[in-house]
Amino acid sequence: MERLELTVLADLLREAAGDDEGAVLDEGTLDTSFLDLGYDSLALLQVTGVIERDHDVLLDEEALAEAQTPRQYLDLVNGALAARAAA
Amino acid sequence: MTAVTVAPSAPAQRPALGVRAAVTGLGVVAPGGIGVRTWWETTLRGEPVIAPVTRFDASGYPATLAGEVAGFVDEDHVPAKLLPQTDRVTRLSLAAAAEALGDAHLDPQSLPDYAMGVVTANSTGGFEFGQRELQALWSKGRRHVGAYQSFAWFYAANSGQISIRHGLRGPSGVVVSEQAGGLDAVAQARRRLRTGVCAVLTGGFDSALCPWGWTAQLAAGGMSTRGDADRAYLPFDADASGHVAGEGGALLVLEDADVAYARGATVLGTVEGCAATFDPAPGTGAPRLIAAARLALADARIDPADVDVVFADAAGERDADRAEAAALAELFGPYGVAVTAPKSLTGRLGSGGSALDLAAALCALREQVIPPTSGAVRVADDCPVDLVTGAPRPARLRHALVLARGRGGFNAATVVRGAS
Repeated sequence: MERLELTVLADLLREAAGDDEGAVLDEGTLDTSFLDLGYDSLALLQVTGVIERDHDVLLDEEALAEAQTPRQYLDLVNGALAARAAA
Repeated sequence: MTAVTVAPSAPAQRPALGVRAAVTGLGVVAPGGIGVRTWWETTLRGEPVIAPVTRFDASGYPATLAGEVAGFVDEDHVPAKLLPQTDRVTRLSLAAAAEALGDAHLDPQSLPDYAMGVVTANSTGGFEFGQRELQALWSKGRRHVGAYQSFAWFYAANSGQISIRHGLRGPSGVVVSEQAGGLDAVAQARRRLRTGVCAVLTGGFDSALCPWGWTAQLAAGGMSTRGDADRAYLPFDADASGHVAGEGGALLVLEDADVAYARGATVLGTVEGCAATFDPAPGTGAPRLIAAARLALADARIDPADVDVVFADAAGERDADRAEAAALAELFGPYGVAVTAPKSLTGRLGSGGSALDLAAALCALREQVIPPTSGAVRVADDCPVDLVTGAPRPARLRHALVLARGRGGFNAATVVRGAS
């Protein structure tokens, strides 16, 4: 089944927002907020656009606003991908 | 002129009558030099930096020359985090902002909140960034347009990014009045000081050296189509054929002089008079550049005889050159004041051009020397101006008058005075 992996999300964020000062995004920071990792809402908006495009999926805007950590964000994206696969 | 507020304004209330605006720091990124020192040395040498365009293939366009900022390495001046969300013009202005604040030895964090703002001028926005996104839109579809296009192309992006990077949360904005913008921004910054703000970072930047930006500039008109770099931009010359476009600009730290002296800052000069007028004059249709100059002198409370050098707008078009020369002759008498146009060596930089002229005027006042116009210029008989060409001219300089005309009818004039 199609899934968004943590390493791919990390690459997308680096591409969207640079990596000079953000903390490392890995298993150890899954529950750290994006802001603390150095990524603002615009960086996430940029990444969301890329994910929606490449996976041909539409993510729920209100749910996106609630997804403040990498774990929450991955759960949201992978939930949407799974729901689509099941449909 | 469009003014857009990009930050909340809540200046500390202090009595502000009689505030004098002191320049305590300069930052320059221009053809001929990244950094004030390199640029000023090139400027004094009268070294031409107009050359064939290298930022894109311009060989298929009517105009093929430009004044480019050479050797600007983005990563040396801009945090990696900002690279995906900035156009070239914003990167150039971020570099100048850092230099100006460093030159002023001013740490904005040491000031009260809302005590320092940023007012910059920009006339074309971020063309290169916008072109890339538009190409993505039309060749790949809407989902290939990035989120940063929402603001990265915008005129106010420079003020916004500078404000965020340096924590300048005081009254801020952007001025859009083409070549006049650099001076209009400084005038607005000075008004902010009078409302009680301690300091404003101000000036202008433009860069539109990409196919889309080039096409827009060609459509606006006035560009020389000559391929000979020495003969393409010859203001006040009978052989004038238009101007060459360039990129870059300058930023100044403008401070309440009392605050500046109190903190022991080195004052480079003071902004004594500012004025703006608009063409055409109702009824007669006459150009109002001279009215701007007169208003700026009146604002500075000085007479024409107190002006020792004029940095001319220097359009490089016969009619416009004659009009400016006539205005100068009426104000100062034929050949009555030293006039220079260093932009003949760099091209016209849009709103960055007048800001750069202001920086040059301040350096000239400090060093008591007038930087030269291109040595290729032979002043036409119908332009009775004492143009400094080819080599710098040492002179006793107290006041400089900087003039600028922006496409669409904008005129601006600024009087600066040396510190000593």
